[in-house]
Amino acid sequence: MNDFREFLLFERSRQGKVGCPMPALDVPEVELESSLPEMTRAELDVFPEISEVEVVRHFTRLSQWNFGIDQGMYPLGSCTMKHNPRINEAMAALAGLANAHPLAEDSQVQGCLGVIHELQSYLCEITGLPYCSTQPAAGAHGEFTGILLIKALLDKRGSKRSIVIVPDSAHGTNPATASLCGFDVKEVKSDKHGRVDMEHLASMVNDQTAGMMITNPNTLGIFETNIAEIAEILHAKGALLYMDGANMNALVGKTRPGDMGVDVIHLNLHKTFSTPHGGGGPGSGPICCTEELAPFLPTPRVTKDGNDIYAWSNDFPDSIGKVHGWYGQFGVLVRALTWILTLGKEGLVRHTEHAVLNNNYLRKMLAPHFDIPYPAETLHETVFTDKRQQAHGVSTMDIAKSLLDYGFHPPTVYFPLVVPGALMVEPTETESRGELNRFARALMDISNRAASDPQSVTSAPHTTQIQRADETIAARQPILRWQPKTS
Amino acid sequence: MKYLPLSPKDKTEMLEFVGAKTIDDLFASIPSDLKFRGSLNVPSAYSEMEIREHFENLAGKNKLLAARFLGAGVYAHFYPVIVDALSQRQEFLTSYTPYQPEISQGTLQYLFEFQTMITTLTGLDVSNASMYDGATAAAEAVLMASRLRKRRPRVLLSRALHPNYIKVIETYLSNLELHIQMVGQADGVTNVSELKENLDNDVCAFVVGYPNFNGIVEPLEQISEAVRASGAMTIAVTTEALSLALLKSPGSCNADLSVGEAQSFGNAPQYGGPHLGFFTCLDADKRQMPGRICGQTVDRQGKRAFVLTLNAREQHIRRAKATSNICSNEGLCALRATIYLSAMGKVGLRKLAIANHSKAVYLHKCLGAIDGVTVTNAAFFNEFVVRLPRPAKSVLKGMAEHGVQAGVDLGRFDERRDHEILVAVTELNTRKQLDAYVTALEGLL
Amino acid sequence: MYPSEYRYTKDHEWINIEGNFAIVGITDHAQNQLGDIVFVELPEGGSTFTIGDEFGTVESVKAVAEIFMPITGEIDSINEALEENPELVNERPHDDGWMVRIRYSDPSELEDLMDHEAYEAYVEEESK
Repeated sequence: MNDFREFLLFERSRQGKVGCPMPALDVPEVELESSLPEMTRAELDVFPEISEVEVVRHFTRLSQWNFGIDQGMYPLGSCTMKHNPRINEAMAALAGLANAHPLAEDSQVQGCLGVIHELQSYLCEITGLPYCSTQPAAGAHGEFTGILLIKALLDKRGSKRSIVIVPDSAHGTNPATASLCGFDVKEVKSDKHGRVDMEHLASMVNDQTAGMMITNPNTLGIFETNIAEIAEILHAKGALLYMDGANMNALVGKTRPGDMGVDVIHLNLHKTFSTPHGGGGPGSGPICCTEELAPFLPTPRVTKDGNDIYAWSNDFPDSIGKVHGWYGQFGVLVRALTWILTLGKEGLVRHTEHAVLNNNYLRKMLAPHFDIPYPAETLHETVFTDKRQQAHGVSTMDIAKSLLDYGFHPPTVYFPLVVPGALMVEPTETESRGELNRFARALMDISNRAASDPQSVTSAPHTTQIQRADETIAARQPILRWQPKTS
Repeated sequence: MKYLPLSPKDKTEMLEFVGAKTIDDLFASIPSDLKFRGSLNVPSAYSEMEIREHFENLAGKNKLLAARFLGAGVYAHFYPVIVDALSQRQEFLTSYTPYQPEISQGTLQYLFEFQTMITTLTGLDVSNASMYDGATAAAEAVLMASRLRKRRPRVLLSRALHPNYIKVIETYLSNLELHIQMVGQADGVTNVSELKENLDNDVCAFVVGYPNFNGIVEPLEQISEAVRASGAMTIAVTTEALSLALLKSPGSCNADLSVGEAQSFGNAPQYGGPHLGFFTCLDADKRQMPGRICGQTVDRQGKRAFVLTLNAREQHIRRAKATSNICSNEGLCALRATIYLSAMGKVGLRKLAIANHSKAVYLHKCLGAIDGVTVTNAAFFNEFVVRLPRPAKSVLKGMAEHGVQAGVDLGRFDERRDHEILVAVTELNTRKQLDAYVTALEGLL
Repeated sequence: MYPSEYRYTKDHEWINIEGNFAIVGITDHAQNQLGDIVFVELPEGGSTFTIGDEFGTVESVKAVAEIFMPITGEIDSINEALEENPELVNERPHDDGWMVRIRYSDPSELEDLMDHEAYEAYVEEESK
């Protein structure tokens, strides 16, 4: 990788340069003193003045310091970094869709409504749940919406309950979501197989339990085989079951949450349905739910009449209301629909199978070299640890940084929290056997070097633009924006 | 299966390697009574040609009129082609949240640049790396204010705040010990004396649009002064971020939080999303912020580097006690905004804001001269309310026949306002369109 | 390692009695577990807490820990130096890295706390 510096935009700025000239004003320019008296500001002091060439070079150089899925394997466990097809981008960019305004009359946006309606019907089919809302903007936002539905149903039943149960292996968003919805959180332990401890769960569920949030397969990649029984335990006590669908890519076409007794689930379109992560977003977190929860779904909801005319309806008096300014991440919905139609019903299942096959293949190759804390079989991802390498003073962080020198993105590290030194590897279905082999060889080589030459691992990375940024300094004396030097 | 790189031979050999006879063996952990044995009711695979046909057909069902004056929180602006070209680079598009700074400096540096430009616009100290949209940013701002002003269980909202934002705030607070009280509007602006009457030491914050839903520039300094005197926080919510290139910044008007929607910067309307929520606060309050924040540091060789920082606020560390449950944000939309703002630049952005404002003032003046039409007298940026002598619905329909999407029917938000429309004007509306608008409306009335 | 005149809690706070006041901080073991401390959030002077109440948090880059009152009382003062220099907790956890000074009311509450030997044994047991 190159080693030249790229300045901040603001440091490149020189007075008088223009990046995007606009047409001459074709109406009289207003006198600001009369139209906005004493309401206007001084100039935008730190904003840059640079030419288009410099803008292009700047962002192109910055891009070269990033690693993307088009470059190579990106096995971030739980994040599902699979191929992001360009056709999805092209369809979302179609002018007729991209330029549609959310306040256009329904008759003027039948195409947009059609996209939403069609996608919702497939998501219902895939989850085995009859109702869908595409309004939530991301996975955590879907969790929030789903837990609000549960709260609304309990309120409707006149049932006051204050506790949401989450497994100790859960994503941090689960407990954070439950709190945001006004619930207290209780953790249920994992058993020795890495699944929910059924005895512990049974002892916890009572008339104060509003529901449970469960990821399936869980964050260890292990299917919760007792899921139907979990649902029964909860339902018997009047509580509901929320499924975090972050790992739904392991299940599509193989089993359906609705058939497991799940009441409401969110899907991460940016995981299972391949929409790009964009360096942190946008995501999209539609939820699917049972008929019993449907009256509470966010409004407006898209409806279709006998003449195939779509319309928005607010006529749902029990709705929890709105969770997003408009209808959710429409542009992301277009991409996900493109993916689903490109794969088709057979392809959706094949993709699930290949994701699971790739993981098991990689697991088998790595098992002799890395500790696997829970021996239970895994579906789409496996959690390893640094236990063996720790004997030589090499940690998960060192292994991750060392992988950078081999041209791979590291796995998810130090998560789930129940596994000390976790390395969570999710290859996804869109990796070839050759790429899996190369990745496994890289990890084996690191493991060997951890024993023979640990310093070469603990000093990694050696080839990247920067090396081990100091997060302590960043947090102790935060510098969160650029400011001109005061001389 | 164009996205599956395993050959049939690979598949057979890999199955053998893992000790499975068939692929189904790998799913043995799923109890057999839970297995889905049917066929998904989804069409068979479309080729890329068929995909194009399907979506072009859907796009064709949308009727976008030639001249569009829709705003109300979502604005059609020009953006240069480099916004698409650069933001679609795979290194930006397909990367994840920058957890590994060594191979994410691109994302981290543009977030730092984004935060710098957003704080310049809002006049506050700290920006996060984005929120889902303006409405959720406003709701999170209320939650943040309630953490910073503990034991103050009421929040006041201006009636002139965007109605969808009010609804989202209501949903966010629905199960918390935090109660909403509305403050009325008079002639399209917040009733400041009513606000003052309701401010007491139970109030944690007042939320006001700036400009508000009616497009009007609220007297923010006066409002902040009253709110601050009561010990509460002022949350300024901006749905048209371009206005902040021209108006006094919320920070300079003593707002404590300035949040809103920056879709206008390089992001298409996209039927409501993905858009770009922004969120800024004072330095003293930064540890209560929701969302990712990028900070500057050094690497082990002393080189400048950027990382995600102040992480202990967030759900992956603080779990149930996190400042928010937000994880994904709108990184790519923030990148588009950063590219856009760099291309427009210091001078260009201000000129653009003046152009929007001048065009809106021009149309406002012309419409005000039409018999039976009333327009606001208050100061606005690029959007204003027009009162019509007939129900807006029929007038808008007539205008559509002239190829003009003339504005938003305010009866959709409040049935008492069914004679009013909200008209937004941007640089995309040429003089020709403005004049045609006036002629068409004169003809209809 | 652990001062013999201090008492210790199972949550890894130490407490040192100086007349009517009790000085409280977190132990060397606790700071070690957390790693580089970047921020310490402490209560305002004058606030009162009951034994076992959470009175603040300690943040490192990757973790956050709550700190609990080892004794009932009123916060007399806090270690303001930690605002600028949270690393004092890492560097000198048992003296310069102290957190709060409490005006306590019931000395009998101290009886349930561990002495340095018991705490050392406790830490050893916990790390197994």
